[in-house]
Amino acid sequence: MDMNTPRTPPRKSATFDDYTLAEIRRAATTGIYDIRGAGAKRKLPHFDDLLFLGASISRYPLEGYREKCGTDVVLGTRFAKKPLELKIPITIAGMSFGSLSAQAKEALGRGASMAGTSTTTGDGGMTPEERGQSKHLVYQYLPSRYGMNPDDLRKADAIEVVVGQGAKPGGGGMLLGQKISDRVAQMRCLPKGIDQRSACRHPDWTGPDDLEIKIHELREITMWEKPIYVKVGGTRPYYDVALAVKSGADVVVLDGMQGGTAATQEVFIEHVGIPTLACIRPAVKALQDLGMHRKVQLIVSGGIRSGADVAKALALGADAVAIGTAALVALGDNDPHLEEEYRALGTTAGAYDDWHEGRDPAGITTQDPVLAARLDPVKAGRRLSNYLKVMTLEAQTVARACGKSHLHNLEPEDLCALTVEAAAMAQVPLAGTGWIPGRGGY
Amino acid sequence: MNELDLKAVGVTAINQKLYKVPRDSNERHWVIRNPMGQHAIACGLDGPLAVDIMGHVGFYCGGMNKEAEITVHGHAGVGVAENMMSGVVWVKGNASESAGATANGGLLVIEGDASSRCGISMKGVDIVVGGSVGHMSAFMAQRGNLVVCGNAGEALGDSIYEARLYVKGRADNLGADCIEKEMRQEHLEDLAKLLERAKMKHRPQDFRRYGSARKLYNFNVDHADAY
Repeated sequence: MDMNTPRTPPRKSATFDDYTLAEIRRAATTGIYDIRGAGAKRKLPHFDDLLFLGASISRYPLEGYREKCGTDVVLGTRFAKKPLELKIPITIAGMSFGSLSAQAKEALGRGASMAGTSTTTGDGGMTPEERGQSKHLVYQYLPSRYGMNPDDLRKADAIEVVVGQGAKPGGGGMLLGQKISDRVAQMRCLPKGIDQRSACRHPDWTGPDDLEIKIHELREITMWEKPIYVKVGGTRPYYDVALAVKSGADVVVLDGMQGGTAATQEVFIEHVGIPTLACIRPAVKALQDLGMHRKVQLIVSGGIRSGADVAKALALGADAVAIGTAALVALGDNDPHLEEEYRALGTTAGAYDDWHEGRDPAGITTQDPVLAARLDPVKAGRRLSNYLKVMTLEAQTVARACGKSHLHNLEPEDLCALTVEAAAMAQVPLAGTGWIPGRGGY
Repeated sequence: MNELDLKAVGVTAINQKLYKVPRDSNERHWVIRNPMGQHAIACGLDGPLAVDIMGHVGFYCGGMNKEAEITVHGHAGVGVAENMMSGVVWVKGNASESAGATANGGLLVIEGDASSRCGISMKGVDIVVGGSVGHMSAFMAQRGNLVVCGNAGEALGDSIYEARLYVKGRADNLGADCIEKEMRQEHLEDLAKLLERAKMKHRPQDFRRYGSARKLYNFNVDHADAY
């Protein structure tokens, strides 16, 4: 053909894009699905699709740096004799010792304590380092009950009954054998080096009626002192929140699909569950319908990255948020200064998610003693504290601009949406219009 | 002996009374009357008490027990002795599902039958059942011993780890990765001790032993049919 004849340029399929083709080849070669850490990476409607309206003639702003904007939150006011009193509404989500190094767990405790907030154990039990460095420690009560014992239960400041998590609602967990050190094996009562499965269902209760009795047992054992949270993955938030309240929860933790995990199947992370943005309004409506909004506190997690995200979650009705992935990044995860080592692992800084393999050069998602020793818990804790404080300042900045003297005074009226999808999910008007999709019959 | 009437004071008052007994107290023996099938009776005990519960109990009786010797003079509901750490929970009657779930230590004796998921995720407890156990018993059982003097229901020991299972009667439907194993002398001796502790008059030689084939310990796609 004459080189001067116009030709149709090579065209790749939008359906079979490069990533999809590579995944088909990988599956055909290995015969196994892809396992990875972190949360959903696909583009989803999120807090970026919302904007604050700010004060103007019809709203009265507060002076930045001068007029107070409160940030404190009390969690567990419904039944617990000793609710958690936190300085900021940003908590650290549950992440296990086993998936994380002891140094990372200690750093999370240090950072959270410096910032006046809580951190949370995970599947695998409570470590002394974590307890020792955490002023407010939430003890997760999981289906596997790895490391679960009444002594640690009583040492905790709150208890979180985990029903599910956003990355894999309806799924259990798997800590691969390469991360099972002597200490992890001992805490979980299993041999070293074998894959440790975490069950997807609790072994001794099924459904909300049983959960109510389970919560009663936990309250008895802890003398009715400690707040009891119930954590669910974002799927059917209206009903799950209503049932958690019915079961007697003091606090509901709702984790959207951007919420991270230590390890699960890629297909699970990307295709099960709903975005965080879509979770909040149904959850708040459930609380309002039951007359329990602000009486049972709502903690939202899954993709919280900045003070703007915090403010938006609170404006939609949450009482607090939790961060996991962002906290790990603050500690040093996926840092570009480790690029050479990430490349050696076949990835790049910012994309490293093979947390289950235990070869994290940042020393965070590993049980390798040499790698783990790279993380200085004191310095990493300071970084986390700095980050939490910045997020708080950012949220206050936004709140003051909206004329709010407390972060909890933010409300849906302060928001508008950039997309129809976000407007529908957040139930706020599309920017520049009064239109909230689904309201008013259209 | 001290008596507590649950009907008069309720579960919480009874539990808190037992929690507050000093470890060096001579008041070690407590009798709970009128349990009325209530839940969470004598859960979370943390000391060398002897507690007799004179009737049926609901969910989680003796849950997370440490050191105490609790006897249920009746039937027990779901999750009796769940996550027990040490001590003894003894059920004179039958037990509902998930008996001894995730328990780390101690001895659970059920003189009658136990329902499904007996010993699920057990982490070191010894469980002796005088009768039969229901389906999915010893599911993901990690450590400890489950002795069944009757029959075992479907999928015994599914996804079992290192726990040892002894069954006198039928166990003809084993779960994934659970196999019959050789009964060696050490097992006969261990079993004899367990039966003696549980006051069960059976000959160890009449039992068969089951445990993990250890084929599912590390994920292998060639075993995908087992999942």
